[in-house]
Amino acid sequence: MADKNIVDKIWKFFTSVKLAVVIIAVIALSSMIGTVIEQDSSPEKNLKLFTKIFGPANAQTVYKSAVALGLTDMYHSWWFTSILICFSANLIICSIDKLPHIKRIVDEPLKPIDAKDFDNYGIKKELSVDGSIEDAKTLVLAAIKKLGMTPNASDNSGPNTIQFYAHKGRRTRYAVYVIHFSIIIILIGAVIGNTLGFSGYLILPEGETSAVAYSRQSEKEHPLGFSIRCDDFSTSFYGLSDMPKDYASWLSVIEDGKTVLKKTIGVNSPLKYKGYTFYQSSYGVVPQKNTRSLIILNVTPKGGKTEQISLGVGESFKIPGTKFSGRLIAFTPALAFDKNERPYSYTENMNNPAVYIELTSEDNDKYSGWLVKRYPQTWDLPDGSKVELVDNWGYQYTGLQVRKDPGVLLVYAGCLFMTIGLYCAFFLSHKKIWVLLQSEKTKVNIKIAAFANKNKTGYEGVINSVFNRLTH
Amino acid sequence: MGSPMLFGIAEVGYFVAMMVYIGYFMFKNKSVGITATALAAGAFLSQTAALILRWVESYGMGIGRAPLTNLYESLIFFVWCLMLGYLIIEFKYKNRTFGAFVTPLAGLALGFIDLTGISKEIEPLVPALQSNWLLAHVTMSFIAYAAFALAFATGMLYLVLSTEKRSESSYIFWTVAGSVFFIVLAAMGADYIKFKVIGTSQELIKGFLFKATFRNESGFIALLSFVAAFALMFFVWRYGYVLKRMVQTFNITLDFLEDLNYKVIAVGFPIFTLGGLIFGAIWADQAWGVYWSWDPKETWSLISWLVYAFYLHARFLRGWRGNKIAVLSSIGFITVIFTYLGVNLFLSGLHSYGEA
Ligand code: HEM
Repeated sequence: MADKNIVDKIWKFFTSVKLAVVIIAVIALSSMIGTVIEQDSSPEKNLKLFTKIFGPANAQTVYKSAVALGLTDMYHSWWFTSILICFSANLIICSIDKLPHIKRIVDEPLKPIDAKDFDNYGIKKELSVDGSIEDAKTLVLAAIKKLGMTPNASDNSGPNTIQFYAHKGRRTRYAVYVIHFSIIIILIGAVIGNTLGFSGYLILPEGETSAVAYSRQSEKEHPLGFSIRCDDFSTSFYGLSDMPKDYASWLSVIEDGKTVLKKTIGVNSPLKYKGYTFYQSSYGVVPQKNTRSLIILNVTPKGGKTEQISLGVGESFKIPGTKFSGRLIAFTPALAFDKNERPYSYTENMNNPAVYIELTSEDNDKYSGWLVKRYPQTWDLPDGSKVELVDNWGYQYTGLQVRKDPGVLLVYAGCLFMTIGLYCAFFLSHKKIWVLLQSEKTKVNIKIAAFANKNKTGYEGVINSVFNRLTH
Repeated sequence: MGSPMLFGIAEVGYFVAMMVYIGYFMFKNKSVGITATALAAGAFLSQTAALILRWVESYGMGIGRAPLTNLYESLIFFVWCLMLGYLIIEFKYKNRTFGAFVTPLAGLALGFIDLTGISKEIEPLVPALQSNWLLAHVTMSFIAYAAFALAFATGMLYLVLSTEKRSESSYIFWTVAGSVFFIVLAAMGADYIKFKVIGTSQELIKGFLFKATFRNESGFIALLSFVAAFALMFFVWRYGYVLKRMVQTFNITLDFLEDLNYKVIAVGFPIFTLGGLIFGAIWADQAWGVYWSWDPKETWSLISWLVYAFYLHARFLRGWRGNKIAVLSSIGFITVIFTYLGVNLFLSGLHSYGEA
């Protein structure tokens, strides 16, 4: 039948390791292009690149054809996907095609070999021990056990000869298929993640709640099915430097008006809920002033007790037990002074928060100055009381990466299989051994032949060390 | 004695060892060979001590982390793994010939550190890098890179020995690849002399490398460098057989080299898969929520991995033995170098090393 021929031909085409080598090379080479042309980036960047390489005259045309060929988003292009499909087909069909053959090798029972064939093996050894054949048997059996194998005996060749043979690790021959299978699992996991998953972000100012995230591709709202609130956000730095040591968001998950989960997330430690994962990815200062923003102060009058108060900029507070009252005039996320001693914010981030306060006594004495969170010496006021800038709230937002990837477990499972497969394929092997004992007067001659499908020299070394011990 | 001092001793030790190994290679004098081994082993011990000390010092600074997180530290660790692997091979096979091929790779890495002015400070880590997955990822990647470097050295040696005619493509490959390595080493030496004498600036790698030669401000010197480089390449191509004669006197068989080449890749490939790709993916997943994002560094790791997968499968095809396989293993290492340095120098990416 002609039909069958075509199917056969296609099947045959995909069983070839040669095709595998070609496809692997094609994937490698095309991936290189993808690292030179910036993927998924703005047209200007790649236009600049093409101008550099092809000159300004051709840049536009080259860019247009690159876009048409999908080279600017090639890992998602139809042709790259097709290559991956061919690759998978190759891998699956090749494995199915070869498995019965491997299974036959694995299941093949080990048989004794002819005495004359002992010289034909890659690993061979001869030695002799004094004593009877019974003594030698015990020694040899112990030696084979030491190699981790269970010996079989065959003594049909006469009263003075006996052959022992054993093997182990025959299933390691499947290891390569475990590796190939794991690649398929990973690819399936990736496809599931890409088609059923969600990748987006959420910018959440301190104190705010959101029931949606935003898609990375389309910027469209994506309902989460629950709400998430940012209770607080904070950054810590290395010493007094601006190098962030850690940043963390205090998040609450709210479902049906109830808080069901609270977690502090940081970089490398995300929050997981109902298939969604929230990663700490960025942060910043809320651009427009939040009406609920608060400054938190610890106020300690001279010799008195510390009291914590929260208030907004523009509001006033009293220092208990004194004639003084204070007012918050201004807040800055990153206080610095220019060369004319004028204050300014040197970054957009909450690197060096400071609040400017004005103290007025009932006698109209005035004092004003900056309280800086990082520098305790700025908290001491002239009258001996102390006002500590503890925190500020409602000024910052946390930038969360939101992901839902139902395929990720498969990907990890594939990685695990691959690790196991690689270990078995490269560090274990199918080992066989035959030992022939021939008694001759007062001694027994021992002939050994052995085989390993990998790491022959290692196996030979082990055999030598185990059997050399028999002679003394 | 602080760690910089011990690193200094190790660095000088490796450079001298490199020259003595080359001397041994040329003159085959036994005591020269023993000196070379002693130097390499001494430098290795000093470097081991330095690594431990640096780790301890970081605790003293309140940072407390394994010395494996920036470009400087990872290159140092690469050299350490490479020399460890080499010394094991030398001990196991009682053969010093590779020394002349491996120590220049160590020299290349150390030279690169010194003249590119990479920061040697123990620096605190930004949050994304404070991860044990990252530590495991970097450690294992460099062990694998060292294995691939050894495969490169055996592959090149194989080609030196096996090729006959100047028109053979394998012959052209090894002479060109070999001289490019030599030229890069020499150009970095020139940078070293120029910038160490005139004084260092704190510029990035981009501002330093090859500024004394190919990227000189004076167009004339740049041109001259290219001419010299091509002349050298031609010279190596023309007289490559001299090297072959020298190697031949050491009685190394091609089978032995091919076997060793496969063995080190068989160690490197699983370690690279697990440490380089899988752990890297897990780290990215934890830090950013994407296990794979096709950024240039990731993609180039994948490319290197595919080259070695290609190598492993090509061995199953009849005819893919000998030269072709040796060339493949060398190309594999070239892609590894590109993954590690080229991506930082030429392509941009998410990874932090590039901003060192
Ligand atoms: C990049 C993806 C691949 C990886 C990482 C991979 C990995 C491996 C490894 C590690 C081995 C064992 C090599 C050795 O023992 O030295 C192997 C063998 C093999 N691979 Fe792959 N492989 C891949 C793709 C493929 C594809 C697409 C095919 C399809 C034909 C294929 C067919 C084979 C065959 C036939 C063997 C020999 C099996 C045997 O010894 O019985 N591989 N592969």
